[in-house]
Amino acid sequence: MIEAKEVFQEIQGRTVLEGLSCSFRKGRLYGIIGPNGVGKSTLLHLLSGVTRPKRGEVFFDGQSIASYPRKRLARMMAVLQQGGLPPVGFTVREVVGMGRFPYQNWLGSEERDSEETIETALKAMGLSGLAGRRMDQLSGGERQRVALAKLMAQEPSVILLDEPTTYLDIGYQVQLLDTVRSWQRERELTVIAVLHDLNLASLYCDELVVLHRGKAAAAGTPSEVLSPALIGEVYETSASVVAHPMTGDPQIMLQPQLMKKLD
Amino acid sequence: MLLLAVSIVVSLSIGSAGISVADVWDILLRQLPWLADEQSAHTPGEIAIITQVRLSRVLLAVLVGACLALAGAGFQGVLRNPLADPYTLGVASGSSVGAAFIILFGLQAALGIWTIPLVAFTTGTVTLFGVFWLSRSKGAMQIETLILSGVILQSFLGAFVSFMVSLSQGVVNQIMFWLMGSLAMRSWDNLYMLLPFLALGLPLLLFYAQALNLFVLGERQAAHLGVHVERTKLVVLIASTLLTAAAVSVSGVIGFVGLVVPHLIRLLAGPDYRLIIPLSAIGGGTFVLWADTLARTALSPKEIPLGVVTALIGAPFFAYLLHRRKLKEGSPS
Repeated sequence: MIEAKEVFQEIQGRTVLEGLSCSFRKGRLYGIIGPNGVGKSTLLHLLSGVTRPKRGEVFFDGQSIASYPRKRLARMMAVLQQGGLPPVGFTVREVVGMGRFPYQNWLGSEERDSEETIETALKAMGLSGLAGRRMDQLSGGERQRVALAKLMAQEPSVILLDEPTTYLDIGYQVQLLDTVRSWQRERELTVIAVLHDLNLASLYCDELVVLHRGKAAAAGTPSEVLSPALIGEVYETSASVVAHPMTGDPQIMLQPQLMKKLD
Repeated sequence: MLLLAVSIVVSLSIGSAGISVADVWDILLRQLPWLADEQSAHTPGEIAIITQVRLSRVLLAVLVGACLALAGAGFQGVLRNPLADPYTLGVASGSSVGAAFIILFGLQAALGIWTIPLVAFTTGTVTLFGVFWLSRSKGAMQIETLILSGVILQSFLGAFVSFMVSLSQGVVNQIMFWLMGSLAMRSWDNLYMLLPFLALGLPLLLFYAQALNLFVLGERQAAHLGVHVERTKLVVLIASTLLTAAAVSVSGVIGFVGLVVPHLIRLLAGPDYRLIIPLSAIGGGTFVLWADTLARTALSPKEIPLGVVTALIGAPFFAYLLHRRKLKEGSPS
Protein backbone atom coordinates (compact mmCIF):
# COMPACT_ATOMS: atom_id res chain seq x y z
CA MET A 1 0.00 0.00 0.00
CA ILE A 2 1.30 3.39 -1.02
CA GLU A 3 -0.19 6.59 0.23
CA ALA A 4 0.45 10.25 -0.49
CA LYS A 5 -0.79 12.55 2.29
CA GLU A 6 -1.37 16.23 1.58
CA VAL A 7 1.73 16.60 -0.60
CA PHE A 8 2.84 19.97 -1.91
CA GLN A 9 5.49 20.26 -4.59
CA GLU A 10 6.95 23.08 -6.67
CA ILE A 11 8.75 22.86 -9.99
CA GLN A 12 10.91 25.84 -10.88
CA GLY A 13 8.98 28.08 -8.54
CA ARG A 14 5.56 27.03 -9.84
CA THR A 15 3.36 25.13 -7.41
CA VAL A 16 2.24 21.93 -9.12
CA LEU A 17 0.78 19.79 -6.37
CA GLU A 18 -1.27 21.53 -3.69
CA GLY A 19 -2.18 19.25 -0.83
CA LEU A 20 -2.79 16.19 -2.96
CA SER A 21 -3.82 12.97 -1.21
CA CYS A 22 -4.32 9.57 -2.80
CA SER A 23 -3.68 5.94 -2.01
CA PHE A 24 -2.84 2.82 -3.98
CA ARG A 25 -3.74 -0.67 -2.80
CA LYS A 26 -1.60 -3.76 -3.29
CA GLY A 27 -2.06 -5.89 -6.39
CA ARG A 28 -3.99 -3.42 -8.49
CA LEU A 29 -3.20 -1.53 -11.67
CA TYR A 30 -3.64 2.24 -11.34
CA GLY A 31 -3.64 4.92 -13.96
CA ILE A 32 -2.80 8.53 -13.20
CA ILE A 33 -4.40 10.81 -15.76
CA GLY A 34 -4.83 14.53 -16.23
CA PRO A 35 -3.96 17.32 -18.66
CA ASN A 36 -0.42 18.43 -19.56
CA GLY A 37 1.58 20.11 -16.81
CA VAL A 38 -0.78 19.04 -14.04
CA GLY A 39 2.00 17.22 -12.18
CA LYS A 40 1.48 13.57 -13.10
CA SER A 41 5.19 12.85 -13.44
CA THR A 42 5.91 14.99 -10.40
CA LEU A 43 3.55 12.83 -8.36
CA LEU A 44 5.23 9.68 -9.67
CA HIS A 45 8.66 11.04 -8.66
CA LEU A 46 7.33 11.63 -5.15
CA LEU A 47 5.85 8.13 -4.98
CA SER A 48 9.22 6.69 -6.05
CA GLY A 49 10.87 8.26 -3.01
CA VAL A 50 13.69 9.76 -5.06
CA THR A 51 12.41 13.30 -4.63
CA ARG A 52 10.84 14.57 -1.44
CA PRO A 53 7.72 16.68 -1.34
CA LYS A 54 8.02 20.25 -0.11
CA ARG A 55 5.31 19.51 2.41
CA GLY A 56 3.32 16.40 3.23
CA GLU A 57 4.58 12.84 3.13
CA VAL A 58 4.51 9.63 1.13
CA PHE A 59 4.03 6.35 2.99
CA PHE A 60 5.00 2.89 1.82
CA ASP A 61 3.39 0.10 3.87
CA GLY A 62 2.64 2.58 6.62
CA GLN A 63 6.23 3.82 6.92
CA SER A 64 7.55 7.10 5.55
CA ILE A 65 9.19 6.37 2.21
CA ALA A 66 12.11 8.64 3.11
CA SER A 67 13.03 6.28 5.96
CA TYR A 68 13.80 3.32 3.67
CA PRO A 69 17.43 2.69 2.72
CA ARG A 70 17.86 3.30 -1.01
CA LYS A 71 18.79 -0.25 -1.98
CA ARG A 72 16.00 -1.78 0.08
CA LEU A 73 13.49 0.49 -1.61
CA ALA A 74 14.90 -0.46 -5.03
CA ARG A 75 14.31 -4.13 -4.21
CA MET A 76 10.63 -3.38 -3.66
CA MET A 77 9.95 -0.69 -6.22
CA ALA A 78 11.07 -0.24 -9.82
CA VAL A 79 10.50 2.74 -12.09
CA LEU A 80 10.17 2.96 -15.85
CA GLN A 81 11.14 6.48 -16.75
CA GLN A 82 9.62 8.76 -19.29
CA GLY A 83 11.66 8.79 -22.51
CA GLY A 84 13.15 5.35 -21.97
CA LEU A 85 16.82 4.43 -21.79
CA PRO A 86 19.56 6.40 -23.56
CA PRO A 87 21.48 4.72 -26.44
CA VAL A 88 24.53 3.74 -24.41
CA GLY A 89 27.43 1.44 -25.30
CA PHE A 90 26.38 -1.37 -22.97
CA THR A 91 24.82 -4.54 -24.36
CA VAL A 92 21.18 -5.44 -23.79
CA ARG A 93 22.17 -8.19 -21.35
CA GLU A 94 24.42 -5.82 -19.38
CA VAL A 95 21.66 -3.23 -19.06
CA VAL A 96 19.09 -5.83 -17.97
CA GLY A 97 21.70 -7.09 -15.49
CA MET A 98 21.87 -3.58 -14.01
CA GLY A 99 18.41 -4.30 -12.64
CA ARG A 100 20.18 -6.60 -10.16
CA PHE A 101 22.16 -3.73 -8.63
CA PRO A 102 19.95 -3.45 -5.52
CA TYR A 103 20.69 -7.10 -4.70
CA GLN A 104 24.45 -6.81 -5.02
CA ASN A 105 26.84 -6.30 -2.15
CA TRP A 106 29.71 -3.82 -2.28
CA LEU A 107 31.83 -6.26 -4.28
CA GLY A 108 29.18 -6.44 -6.97
CA SER A 109 28.25 -10.07 -6.37
CA GLU A 110 24.94 -11.56 -5.32
CA GLU A 111 24.03 -14.20 -2.77
CA ARG A 112 22.19 -16.28 -5.33
CA ASP A 113 22.84 -16.62 -9.02
CA SER A 114 20.93 -14.00 -11.00
CA GLU A 115 21.59 -15.41 -14.48
CA GLU A 116 18.25 -17.17 -14.56
CA THR A 117 16.33 -14.06 -13.54
CA ILE A 118 18.03 -12.06 -16.29
CA GLU A 119 17.41 -14.81 -18.83
CA THR A 120 13.71 -15.00 -17.93
CA ALA A 121 13.33 -11.24 -18.23
CA LEU A 122 15.04 -11.24 -21.65
CA LYS A 123 12.82 -14.03 -22.88
CA ALA A 124 9.62 -12.44 -21.56
CA MET A 125 10.33 -9.28 -23.53
CA GLY A 126 11.37 -11.17 -26.67
CA LEU A 127 14.95 -9.94 -26.37
CA SER A 128 16.82 -13.25 -26.29
CA GLY A 129 18.02 -12.74 -29.85
CA LEU A 130 19.19 -9.20 -29.12
CA ALA A 131 20.94 -9.93 -25.81
CA GLY A 132 24.43 -9.38 -27.22
CA ARG A 133 23.55 -6.21 -29.15
CA ARG A 134 24.63 -2.80 -27.94
CA MET A 135 21.90 -0.38 -26.83
CA ASP A 136 22.99 2.21 -29.39
CA GLN A 137 22.20 -0.27 -32.17
CA LEU A 138 18.54 -0.63 -31.15
CA SER A 139 15.41 1.25 -32.14
CA GLY A 140 13.42 3.30 -29.64
CA GLY A 141 10.79 0.58 -29.30
CA GLU A 142 13.43 -2.09 -28.67
CA ARG A 143 15.08 0.08 -26.02
CA GLN A 144 11.72 0.46 -24.31
CA ARG A 145 11.46 -3.33 -24.16
CA VAL A 146 14.97 -3.47 -22.65
CA ALA A 147 13.85 -0.94 -20.03
CA LEU A 148 10.92 -3.17 -19.14
CA ALA A 149 13.13 -6.29 -19.02
CA LYS A 150 15.45 -4.44 -16.64
CA LEU A 151 12.42 -3.70 -14.46
CA MET A 152 11.54 -7.40 -14.41
CA ALA A 153 15.10 -8.35 -13.46
CA GLN A 154 14.75 -5.97 -10.51
CA GLU A 155 11.94 -8.24 -9.18
CA PRO A 156 9.94 -5.49 -7.48
CA SER A 157 6.51 -5.72 -5.89
CA VAL A 158 5.56 -2.24 -7.04
CA ILE A 159 6.26 -0.74 -10.44
CA LEU A 160 5.83 2.86 -11.47
CA LEU A 161 5.52 3.63 -15.17
CA ASP A 162 5.89 7.18 -16.46
CA GLU A 163 4.11 7.45 -19.82
CA PRO A 164 5.37 4.06 -20.99
CA THR A 165 3.56 4.20 -24.32
CA THR A 166 4.79 7.58 -25.58
CA TYR A 167 6.65 7.28 -28.89
CA LEU A 168 5.30 3.76 -29.48
CA ASP A 169 2.90 2.99 -32.29
CA ILE A 170 -0.48 1.50 -31.36
CA GLY A 171 0.70 -2.08 -31.92
CA TYR A 172 3.57 -1.68 -29.46
CA GLN A 173 1.38 0.28 -27.03
CA VAL A 174 -1.02 -2.63 -26.73
CA GLN A 175 1.82 -5.17 -26.63
CA LEU A 176 3.59 -3.30 -23.83
CA LEU A 177 0.49 -2.84 -21.69
CA ASP A 178 -0.55 -6.46 -22.27
CA THR A 179 2.86 -7.57 -21.00
CA VAL A 180 2.59 -5.33 -17.96
CA ARG A 181 -0.95 -6.54 -17.25
CA SER A 182 -0.09 -10.26 -17.42
CA TRP A 183 3.07 -9.76 -15.39
CA GLN A 184 1.07 -7.78 -12.83
CA ARG A 185 -1.56 -10.55 -12.50
CA GLU A 186 1.01 -13.31 -12.31
CA ARG A 187 2.96 -11.77 -9.42
CA GLU A 188 0.19 -9.65 -7.87
CA LEU A 189 2.18 -6.49 -8.42
CA THR A 190 1.00 -3.01 -7.67
CA VAL A 191 1.33 -0.95 -10.85
CA ILE A 192 0.99 2.82 -10.98
CA ALA A 193 1.19 4.21 -14.50
CA VAL A 194 1.04 7.78 -15.72
CA LEU A 195 -0.91 7.55 -18.95
CA HIS A 196 -1.73 10.13 -21.55
CA ASP A 197 -4.26 8.14 -23.52
CA LEU A 198 -7.57 7.98 -21.65
CA ASN A 199 -8.88 5.10 -23.75
CA LEU A 200 -5.84 2.93 -23.05
CA ALA A 201 -6.05 3.88 -19.37
CA SER A 202 -9.68 2.82 -19.30
CA LEU A 203 -8.94 -0.52 -20.99
CA TYR A 204 -6.05 -1.55 -18.75
CA CYS A 205 -6.42 0.09 -15.35
CA ASP A 206 -8.39 -1.21 -12.38
CA GLU A 207 -8.63 2.30 -11.01
CA LEU A 208 -7.89 5.81 -12.21
CA VAL A 209 -6.72 8.89 -10.33
CA VAL A 210 -7.51 12.14 -12.10
CA LEU A 211 -5.27 15.10 -11.30
CA HIS A 212 -6.66 18.58 -11.63
CA ARG A 213 -5.47 21.89 -10.15
CA GLY A 214 -2.90 20.26 -7.88
CA LYS A 215 -5.32 17.81 -6.31
CA ALA A 216 -6.91 14.45 -7.05
CA ALA A 217 -10.17 15.53 -8.68
CA ALA A 218 -11.54 12.01 -8.84
CA ALA A 219 -10.51 8.43 -8.10
CA GLY A 220 -12.19 5.12 -8.77
CA THR A 221 -12.86 2.57 -11.49
CA PRO A 222 -12.82 3.85 -15.08
CA SER A 223 -16.61 3.67 -15.32
CA GLU A 224 -16.99 5.68 -12.11
CA VAL A 225 -14.49 8.31 -13.15
CA LEU A 226 -14.76 8.83 -16.90
CA SER A 227 -17.85 10.92 -17.44
CA PRO A 228 -18.46 13.67 -19.98
CA ALA A 229 -18.85 16.11 -17.10
CA LEU A 230 -15.45 15.31 -15.61
CA ILE A 231 -13.71 15.42 -18.99
CA GLY A 232 -15.35 18.74 -19.69
CA GLU A 233 -14.14 20.11 -16.38
CA VAL A 234 -10.59 18.74 -16.42
CA TYR A 235 -9.66 18.90 -20.10
CA GLU A 236 -11.97 21.78 -21.08
CA THR A 237 -13.29 19.97 -24.08
CA SER A 238 -16.56 18.20 -24.77
CA ALA A 239 -16.59 14.49 -25.41
CA SER A 240 -19.00 11.58 -25.58
CA VAL A 241 -18.37 8.48 -23.54
CA VAL A 242 -19.41 5.15 -25.05
CA ALA A 243 -18.94 1.56 -23.93
CA HIS A 244 -16.25 -0.48 -25.65
CA PRO A 245 -18.02 -3.02 -27.89
CA MET A 246 -15.90 -5.93 -26.56
CA THR A 247 -14.98 -5.11 -22.98
CA GLY A 248 -17.66 -2.62 -21.97
CA ASP A 249 -15.04 -0.20 -20.62
CA PRO A 250 -15.83 3.48 -21.13
CA GLN A 251 -14.17 4.95 -24.22
CA ILE A 252 -13.90 8.62 -25.02
CA MET A 253 -15.15 9.96 -28.33
CA LEU A 254 -13.81 13.46 -28.92
CA GLN A 255 -16.04 16.14 -30.41
CA PRO A 256 -14.63 18.82 -32.69
CA GLN A 257 -15.98 22.35 -32.34
CA LEU A 258 -16.79 22.49 -36.03
CA MET A 259 -18.34 19.54 -37.78
CA LYS A 260 -17.06 18.49 -41.19
CA LYS A 261 -19.29 19.64 -44.01
CA LEU A 262 -22.12 17.23 -44.62
CA ASP A 263 -23.07 16.40 -48.18
CA MET B 1 50.09 -4.41 -17.48
CA LEU B 2 52.66 -6.15 -19.64
CA LEU B 3 52.88 -3.05 -21.81
CA LEU B 4 53.55 -0.96 -18.72
CA ALA B 5 56.31 -3.31 -17.57
CA VAL B 6 57.97 -3.28 -20.99
CA SER B 7 57.66 0.51 -21.12
CA ILE B 8 59.37 0.86 -17.75
CA VAL B 9 62.23 -1.35 -18.92
CA VAL B 10 62.71 0.53 -22.18
CA SER B 11 62.39 3.96 -20.62
CA LEU B 12 64.89 3.16 -17.90
CA SER B 13 67.36 2.10 -20.54
CA ILE B 14 67.48 5.30 -22.53
CA GLY B 15 68.60 8.73 -21.43
CA SER B 16 70.86 11.68 -22.05
CA ALA B 17 73.81 10.55 -19.93
CA GLY B 18 75.12 8.16 -22.55
CA ILE B 19 75.18 5.08 -20.36
CA SER B 20 74.79 1.88 -22.35
CA VAL B 21 71.72 -0.30 -21.95
CA ALA B 22 73.78 -3.18 -20.57
CA ASP B 23 75.37 -0.94 -17.98
CA VAL B 24 72.00 0.42 -16.86
CA TRP B 25 70.78 -3.07 -16.08
CA ASP B 26 74.04 -4.07 -14.53
CA ILE B 27 73.73 -1.13 -12.15
CA LEU B 28 70.11 -1.78 -11.36
CA LEU B 29 70.53 -5.46 -10.71
CA ARG B 30 73.47 -4.73 -8.41
CA GLN B 31 71.11 -2.70 -6.23
CA LEU B 32 69.36 -5.91 -5.30
CA PRO B 33 70.91 -7.11 -2.06
CA TRP B 34 71.58 -10.67 -3.19
CA LEU B 35 73.44 -9.53 -6.30
CA ALA B 36 75.55 -6.84 -4.72
CA ASP B 37 78.50 -9.06 -3.82
CA GLU B 38 80.90 -8.25 -6.64
CA GLN B 39 82.86 -5.06 -7.06
CA SER B 40 81.01 -2.67 -9.31
CA ALA B 41 82.69 -1.57 -12.49
CA HIS B 42 80.69 1.64 -12.65
CA THR B 43 81.48 5.10 -11.40
CA PRO B 44 79.42 6.44 -8.48
CA GLY B 45 78.15 9.11 -10.87
CA GLU B 46 76.66 6.57 -13.22
CA ILE B 47 75.09 4.69 -10.36
CA ALA B 48 73.57 7.89 -9.01
CA ILE B 49 72.12 8.81 -12.37
CA ILE B 50 70.39 5.51 -12.69
CA THR B 51 69.17 4.95 -9.13
CA GLN B 52 68.60 8.50 -7.95
CA VAL B 53 67.52 10.24 -11.13
CA ARG B 54 66.27 7.90 -13.77
CA LEU B 55 64.56 5.18 -11.75
CA SER B 56 62.69 7.63 -9.56
CA ARG B 57 61.68 9.69 -12.56
CA VAL B 58 60.35 6.68 -14.44
CA LEU B 59 58.32 5.50 -11.47
CA LEU B 60 57.08 9.01 -10.82
CA ALA B 61 55.90 9.31 -14.43
CA VAL B 62 53.93 6.10 -13.99
CA LEU B 63 52.31 7.30 -10.77
CA VAL B 64 51.48 10.79 -12.05
CA GLY B 65 49.97 9.28 -15.20
CA ALA B 66 47.93 6.81 -13.19
CA CYS B 67 46.58 9.58 -10.93
CA LEU B 68 45.63 11.86 -13.82
CA ALA B 69 43.99 9.13 -15.89
CA LEU B 70 42.05 7.89 -12.86
CA ALA B 71 40.88 11.42 -12.12
CA GLY B 72 39.82 11.79 -15.76
CA ALA B 73 37.85 8.53 -15.68
CA GLY B 74 36.19 9.63 -12.44
CA PHE B 75 35.21 13.06 -13.77
CA GLN B 76 33.91 11.61 -17.04
CA GLY B 77 31.87 9.00 -15.23
CA VAL B 78 30.22 11.16 -12.64
CA LEU B 79 29.59 14.16 -14.90
CA ARG B 80 28.59 11.90 -17.80
CA ASN B 81 30.71 14.22 -19.87
CA PRO B 82 33.14 12.69 -22.38
CA LEU B 83 35.17 15.90 -22.55
CA ALA B 84 35.87 16.13 -18.82
CA ASP B 85 39.41 15.80 -17.53
CA PRO B 86 41.38 17.46 -14.73
CA TYR B 87 42.83 19.89 -17.27
CA THR B 88 39.71 20.85 -19.24
CA LEU B 89 37.73 21.27 -16.02
CA GLY B 90 40.33 23.69 -14.68
CA VAL B 91 40.94 21.56 -11.60
CA ALA B 92 44.58 21.00 -12.49
CA SER B 93 45.19 24.74 -12.84
CA GLY B 94 43.27 25.37 -9.65
CA SER B 95 45.48 22.94 -7.81
CA SER B 96 48.60 24.47 -9.32
CA VAL B 97 47.65 27.89 -7.93
CA GLY B 98 47.67 26.48 -4.41
CA ALA B 99 50.82 24.45 -4.90
CA ALA B 100 52.70 27.28 -6.61
CA PHE B 101 51.68 29.71 -3.87
CA ILE B 102 53.02 27.44 -1.14
CA ILE B 103 56.28 26.69 -2.92
CA LEU B 104 57.03 30.23 -4.11
CA PHE B 105 56.38 31.78 -0.71
CA GLY B 106 58.24 29.06 1.13
CA LEU B 107 55.41 27.80 3.29
CA GLN B 108 56.06 24.09 2.67
CA ALA B 109 56.84 23.33 6.28
CA ALA B 110 53.46 24.30 7.71
CA LEU B 111 51.96 20.80 7.64
CA GLY B 112 54.93 18.64 6.74
CA ILE B 113 55.12 16.95 3.35
CA TRP B 114 51.32 17.03 3.06
CA THR B 115 51.17 20.83 2.94
CA ILE B 116 51.44 21.15 -0.83
CA PRO B 117 48.95 18.44 -1.86
CA LEU B 118 46.41 19.53 0.75
CA VAL B 119 46.53 23.18 -0.27
CA ALA B 120 46.44 22.11 -3.92
CA PHE B 121 43.40 19.98 -3.15
CA THR B 122 41.65 22.89 -1.47
CA THR B 123 42.21 25.30 -4.35
CA GLY B 124 41.39 22.55 -6.85
CA THR B 125 38.06 21.87 -5.13
CA VAL B 126 37.23 25.57 -5.01
CA THR B 127 37.96 25.77 -8.74
CA LEU B 128 35.76 22.77 -9.48
CA PHE B 129 32.82 24.32 -7.69
CA GLY B 130 33.59 27.62 -9.38
CA VAL B 131 33.32 25.86 -12.74
CA PHE B 132 30.03 24.22 -11.70
CA TRP B 133 28.68 27.55 -10.57
CA LEU B 134 29.71 29.29 -13.79
CA SER B 135 28.18 26.64 -16.01
CA ARG B 136 24.91 26.14 -14.19
CA SER B 137 21.77 27.45 -15.79
CA LYS B 138 18.40 26.58 -14.28
CA GLY B 139 19.82 23.60 -12.45
CA ALA B 140 21.00 21.74 -15.52
CA MET B 141 24.60 21.50 -16.69
CA GLN B 142 25.34 21.55 -20.38
CA ILE B 143 28.32 19.48 -21.43
CA GLU B 144 29.92 22.16 -23.61
CA THR B 145 29.16 24.99 -21.17
CA LEU B 146 30.86 23.07 -18.40
CA ILE B 147 34.01 22.59 -20.44
CA LEU B 148 33.94 26.20 -21.62
CA SER B 149 33.79 27.38 -18.01
CA GLY B 150 36.61 25.00 -17.17
CA VAL B 151 38.83 26.29 -19.95
CA ILE B 152 38.10 29.92 -19.00
CA LEU B 153 39.05 29.36 -15.37
CA GLN B 154 42.04 27.30 -16.45
CA SER B 155 43.52 30.15 -18.49
CA PHE B 156 42.71 32.70 -15.78
CA LEU B 157 44.36 30.59 -13.09
CA GLY B 158 47.31 29.87 -15.39
CA ALA B 159 47.84 33.61 -15.76
CA PHE B 160 47.60 33.93 -11.99
CA VAL B 161 50.31 31.33 -11.48
CA SER B 162 52.56 33.06 -14.01
CA PHE B 163 51.99 36.33 -12.17
CA MET B 164 52.94 34.79 -8.83
CA VAL B 165 56.06 33.23 -10.29
CA SER B 166 57.18 36.55 -11.82
CA LEU B 167 56.61 38.35 -8.51
CA SER B 168 58.94 36.00 -6.70
CA GLN B 169 61.82 36.61 -9.16
CA GLY B 170 61.35 33.09 -10.42
CA VAL B 171 62.92 32.07 -13.68
CA VAL B 172 61.00 31.40 -16.84
CA ASN B 173 61.80 27.77 -16.27
CA GLN B 174 59.59 27.68 -13.22
CA ILE B 175 56.66 29.25 -15.01
CA MET B 176 57.06 26.63 -17.68
CA PHE B 177 57.08 23.98 -15.01
CA TRP B 178 53.75 25.06 -13.52
CA LEU B 179 51.97 25.65 -16.80
CA MET B 180 53.32 22.83 -18.91
CA GLY B 181 54.35 20.28 -16.32
CA SER B 182 57.64 18.51 -15.89
CA LEU B 183 59.10 15.58 -14.05
CA ALA B 184 62.65 16.89 -14.10
CA MET B 185 64.54 17.33 -10.82
CA ARG B 186 62.08 15.34 -8.75
CA SER B 187 63.15 12.88 -6.10
CA TRP B 188 62.05 9.78 -4.24
CA ASP B 189 60.30 12.01 -1.68
CA ASN B 190 57.81 13.08 -4.33
CA LEU B 191 57.19 9.44 -5.08
CA TYR B 192 56.41 8.64 -1.46
CA MET B 193 54.09 11.63 -1.28
CA LEU B 194 52.10 10.54 -4.33
CA LEU B 195 51.76 6.88 -3.43
CA PRO B 196 49.20 7.18 -0.59
CA PHE B 197 46.89 9.29 -2.74
CA LEU B 198 46.90 6.65 -5.44
CA ALA B 199 46.50 3.89 -2.85
CA LEU B 200 43.45 5.70 -1.50
CA GLY B 201 41.96 6.99 -4.75
CA LEU B 202 42.05 3.79 -6.79
CA PRO B 203 40.04 1.57 -4.40
CA LEU B 204 37.64 4.41 -3.69
CA LEU B 205 36.85 4.85 -7.38
CA LEU B 206 36.68 1.08 -7.92
CA PHE B 207 34.16 0.86 -5.08
CA TYR B 208 31.88 3.23 -6.99
CA ALA B 209 32.56 1.71 -10.44
CA GLN B 210 29.26 -0.16 -10.68
CA ALA B 211 27.36 2.95 -9.54
CA LEU B 212 29.12 4.90 -12.31
CA ASN B 213 27.91 2.30 -14.81
CA LEU B 214 24.34 2.98 -13.70
CA PHE B 215 24.99 6.74 -13.99
CA VAL B 216 25.31 6.17 -17.73
CA LEU B 217 21.56 5.52 -17.82
CA GLY B 218 20.91 8.87 -16.14
CA GLU B 219 21.04 10.08 -12.56
CA ARG B 220 17.38 9.50 -11.84
CA GLN B 221 17.53 6.02 -13.34
CA ALA B 222 20.52 5.26 -11.10
CA ALA B 223 18.60 6.54 -8.09
CA HIS B 224 15.67 4.25 -8.91
CA LEU B 225 18.09 1.32 -8.90
CA GLY B 226 19.20 2.13 -5.38
CA VAL B 227 22.31 4.27 -5.98
CA HIS B 228 22.95 7.10 -3.53
CA VAL B 229 23.35 9.62 -6.31
CA GLU B 230 24.50 12.63 -4.29
CA ARG B 231 26.89 10.59 -2.16
CA THR B 232 28.41 8.92 -5.23
CA LYS B 233 28.90 12.26 -6.98
CA LEU B 234 30.52 13.83 -3.94
CA VAL B 235 32.91 10.95 -3.23
CA VAL B 236 33.96 10.48 -6.85
CA LEU B 237 34.47 14.22 -7.40
CA ILE B 238 36.51 14.52 -4.21
CA ALA B 239 38.60 11.43 -5.01
CA SER B 240 39.27 12.67 -8.55
CA THR B 241 40.18 16.16 -7.33
CA LEU B 242 42.46 14.68 -4.69
CA LEU B 243 44.27 12.57 -7.29
CA THR B 244 44.63 15.62 -9.53
CA ALA B 245 45.95 17.76 -6.70
CA ALA B 246 48.51 15.14 -5.73
CA ALA B 247 49.72 14.77 -9.30
CA VAL B 248 49.89 18.53 -9.88
CA SER B 249 51.82 19.04 -6.63
CA VAL B 250 54.74 17.04 -7.97
CA SER B 251 54.55 17.56 -11.71
CA GLY B 252 52.79 20.84 -12.46
CA VAL B 253 49.93 20.92 -14.92
CA ILE B 254 50.06 18.10 -17.46
CA GLY B 255 47.09 18.38 -19.78
CA PHE B 256 44.85 15.90 -21.54
CA VAL B 257 46.11 12.68 -19.91
CA GLY B 258 42.78 12.21 -18.16
CA LEU B 259 40.97 12.86 -21.43
CA VAL B 260 42.91 10.64 -23.81
CA VAL B 261 43.58 7.59 -21.68
CA PRO B 262 40.06 6.69 -20.45
CA HIS B 263 38.77 7.15 -24.01
CA LEU B 264 41.33 4.78 -25.47
CA ILE B 265 40.57 2.28 -22.70
CA ARG B 266 36.85 2.64 -23.46
CA LEU B 267 37.51 1.88 -27.12
CA LEU B 268 39.51 -1.21 -26.18
CA ALA B 269 37.59 -2.56 -23.19
CA GLY B 270 34.03 -1.25 -23.56
CA PRO B 271 31.94 1.00 -21.35
CA ASP B 272 32.20 -0.91 -18.03
CA TYR B 273 33.79 1.31 -15.36
CA ARG B 274 34.85 -1.77 -13.40
CA LEU B 275 37.37 -2.27 -16.21
CA ILE B 276 37.86 1.36 -17.25
CA ILE B 277 39.06 2.47 -13.83
CA PRO B 278 41.87 -0.02 -13.19
CA LEU B 279 42.92 -0.06 -16.86
CA SER B 280 43.01 3.74 -16.95
CA ALA B 281 45.47 3.71 -14.06
CA ILE B 282 47.75 1.34 -15.96
CA GLY B 283 47.20 3.08 -19.29
CA GLY B 284 47.80 6.52 -17.76
CA GLY B 285 51.05 5.32 -16.26
CA THR B 286 52.20 3.97 -19.61
CA PHE B 287 51.10 7.05 -21.52
CA VAL B 288 52.86 9.58 -19.27
CA LEU B 289 55.94 7.40 -19.08
CA TRP B 290 56.26 7.43 -22.86
CA ALA B 291 55.49 11.13 -23.03
CA ASP B 292 58.14 11.85 -20.42
CA THR B 293 60.67 9.59 -22.09
CA LEU B 294 60.04 11.49 -25.29
CA ALA B 295 60.27 14.80 -23.43
CA ARG B 296 63.71 14.06 -22.02
CA THR B 297 65.24 12.23 -25.00
CA ALA B 298 63.81 13.76 -28.19
CA LEU B 299 65.99 16.90 -28.07
CA SER B 300 68.50 15.48 -25.59
CA PRO B 301 70.17 16.94 -23.57
CA LYS B 302 67.50 19.65 -23.76
CA GLU B 303 64.14 18.86 -22.16
CA ILE B 304 60.77 19.52 -23.73
CA PRO B 305 58.15 20.33 -21.06
CA LEU B 306 56.08 17.22 -20.48
CA GLY B 307 52.79 19.10 -20.92
CA VAL B 308 53.88 20.09 -24.43
CA VAL B 309 54.16 16.44 -25.40
CA THR B 310 50.79 15.46 -23.90
CA ALA B 311 49.11 18.53 -25.39
CA LEU B 312 50.49 17.76 -28.84
CA ILE B 313 48.78 14.40 -28.61
CA GLY B 314 45.80 15.40 -26.47
CA ALA B 315 44.56 18.63 -28.04
CA PRO B 316 43.87 17.15 -31.50
CA PHE B 317 42.19 14.23 -29.77
CA PHE B 318 40.03 16.68 -27.80
CA ALA B 319 39.08 18.42 -31.05
CA TYR B 320 38.20 15.07 -32.58
CA LEU B 321 35.90 14.17 -29.66
CA LEU B 322 34.22 17.56 -29.82
CA HIS B 323 33.70 17.16 -33.55
CA ARG B 324 32.25 13.69 -33.16
CA ARG B 325 29.81 14.96 -30.52
CA LYS B 326 28.62 17.62 -32.93
CA LEU B 327 28.06 15.03 -35.64
CA LYS B 328 26.05 12.90 -33.24
CA GLU B 329 23.83 15.80 -32.25
CA GLY B 330 23.28 16.78 -35.84
CA SER B 331 22.00 13.37 -36.86
CA PRO B 332 18.34 12.50 -36.28
CA SER B 333 17.12 10.36 -33.32
